[in-house]
Amino acid sequence: MSARMIADKTVKYILFASAIISIIIVLAIGFFIFRESIEAWSNIGVSEILMKTVWRPGQDQYGILAMIVGSVSVTFGAILLGVPLALGCAIFLAEIAPAGVQAVVRPAVQLLAGIPSVVYGLFGMVILVPLVRKLGVPGNSGYGLMAASIVLAVMILPTIASVAEDAIRAVPENYRHGSLALGATKWQTITKVVLPAGKSGILAGVILGVGRALGETMAMIMVIGNSVIMPQPLSGNPLSFFLSQARTLTGNIAVEINYATGVHESALFATGVVLFGLIMIVNASARWMIRGQKFVEKAN
Amino acid sequence: MIEDRTSEIALIHRAQAQSLKKEQIRQKLWVSLMWFFGLITVAILIMVVGYVLVQGGKAISWDFLSTAPKGGISGEGGISTTVATTFYLVGLTLLVATPLGVGAAVFLIEYAGEQSLSSKFLRSVISVANFAVETLAGIPSIIFGLFGYALFVSTLKFGFSLLSAALAGACLVLPTIIRTTEEALRAVPDDYRRGSLALGATKWQTLYRIVLPAGLPGIITGIILSVGRVISETAIFYVTLGGSYRLPTSIMDGGRTLALHLYYLAMDTRAFDKAMGTGAVLVVMIILINLLIDLVSRKLTAGVRKVR
Repeated sequence: MSARMIADKTVKYILFASAIISIIIVLAIGFFIFRESIEAWSNIGVSEILMKTVWRPGQDQYGILAMIVGSVSVTFGAILLGVPLALGCAIFLAEIAPAGVQAVVRPAVQLLAGIPSVVYGLFGMVILVPLVRKLGVPGNSGYGLMAASIVLAVMILPTIASVAEDAIRAVPENYRHGSLALGATKWQTITKVVLPAGKSGILAGVILGVGRALGETMAMIMVIGNSVIMPQPLSGNPLSFFLSQARTLTGNIAVEINYATGVHESALFATGVVLFGLIMIVNASARWMIRGQKFVEKAN
Repeated sequence: MIEDRTSEIALIHRAQAQSLKKEQIRQKLWVSLMWFFGLITVAILIMVVGYVLVQGGKAISWDFLSTAPKGGISGEGGISTTVATTFYLVGLTLLVATPLGVGAAVFLIEYAGEQSLSSKFLRSVISVANFAVETLAGIPSIIFGLFGYALFVSTLKFGFSLLSAALAGACLVLPTIIRTTEEALRAVPDDYRRGSLALGATKWQTLYRIVLPAGLPGIITGIILSVGRVISETAIFYVTLGGSYRLPTSIMDGGRTLALHLYYLAMDTRAFDKAMGTGAVLVVMIILINLLIDLVSRKLTAGVRKVR
């Protein structure tokens, strides 16, 4: 075998090794986070961690339910605010905007995705929190679910908008022509034909947005207040729920990991395991949804 | 009788015209709402970026950029060491991630269809690898941080250091590099490969001399995207890089990137003006990176057009 053939073979094995490195990393992430959390699961107990709302490391109380509720609530708020805006933006870009306007809006959406999370957090602290504080409800500090949901809504907008736009664009042109030929207006075509045809891709975008929202860390720490309490309405008005402070699973890890030791540290890894699990489920369902979208394309 | 019919038809026509008109009004309303959504997105961007640039601009001076942070309760000093640390970390992270990512993409695209690889085992390895890349892309920054903390900081005893942070960061940007490189390689016409192989070149020679150069703009796009991510990610480095504002003198030293510095300024010292200044520097960097990507990808499409 000539030297260059040997080189050819060697390179192949090196490339193969780099190809499987992603597999190794995924497995290693799962392994190490779980390994570090075993102490917490066995010493504190699974139900104690998942079902208790009191987190007081000083007194060996490690319930993360309040944080799970915090993460889910802020994600819900962000979806409520962000999804209409993101879908509107996607429909606008894919179906309505003239090319010149697209050339402005699309880079804007891209840039929104690139802005660092701490910059959003800082903007939230300086602008949104003082605004929210003006709402005259006793116990309202400005920091809390509302400010966090608004910040998060802007942060997940680019993810949802770009995936949804792709999904809408993937709907075959024939569908539109058929509908228009039957006398439907453009808007009827969009709502009755295009959106239903692209719905699994659009939904996948929303689910990916949920995944991003659950994983966001620094911006949340900066505006959500971080008190470990079950979020609840501050007054008789149920909407004041969103003025409540909270702490997210991600925030719990980041705020405490640098000084935690022993069981406390392990409990933070347990928080990570729960977060990791949630996000894997969310992303798996998004992937499942996208597969549904491919079916539409095949039907073409 | 006949008159009855015609008046009936006229009635139907009028009703149809009315319902069409209603639909058209509805369409106008909804379409304007979509315009509103599209434009409000731009407005949000202008508001955030504009505010940070204008307010942050007030804090920026040559002094701010060229002196080191001095700590203290009001966050005295500038940002020079954090800029340097950011560049160190970007360099080190990409030094690890680029060869791995490009190598992985080359294997997944160029070798996946090969005869000798058609064994069931290797084919399933490749599909698992693709699945793993997708999974990695969805894992949040803080989980990479926890992983880096457990493996590099604690188990391997690298401590809070540039090395730990760069290794964790490499895992974070790996899927970005792999995906963009894959896309670039897919865009290289098969004729190139066949032509080279027909001239007697080996697979590796073909890749190295023909395919990789042709896909270079795409690969560069992936690298620039990764630069942007390392600059803007915070959570992962918050738990692996330590946070000292001194200049690291070796890869075993900790440090503080610009984004981390912003966080410490805002949360620990409440020095919002300096935090805003740091934010403005970050935003300018990100805008430049986006422009650069735009430029490179325009070059990429121009290149492909020439080929065809």
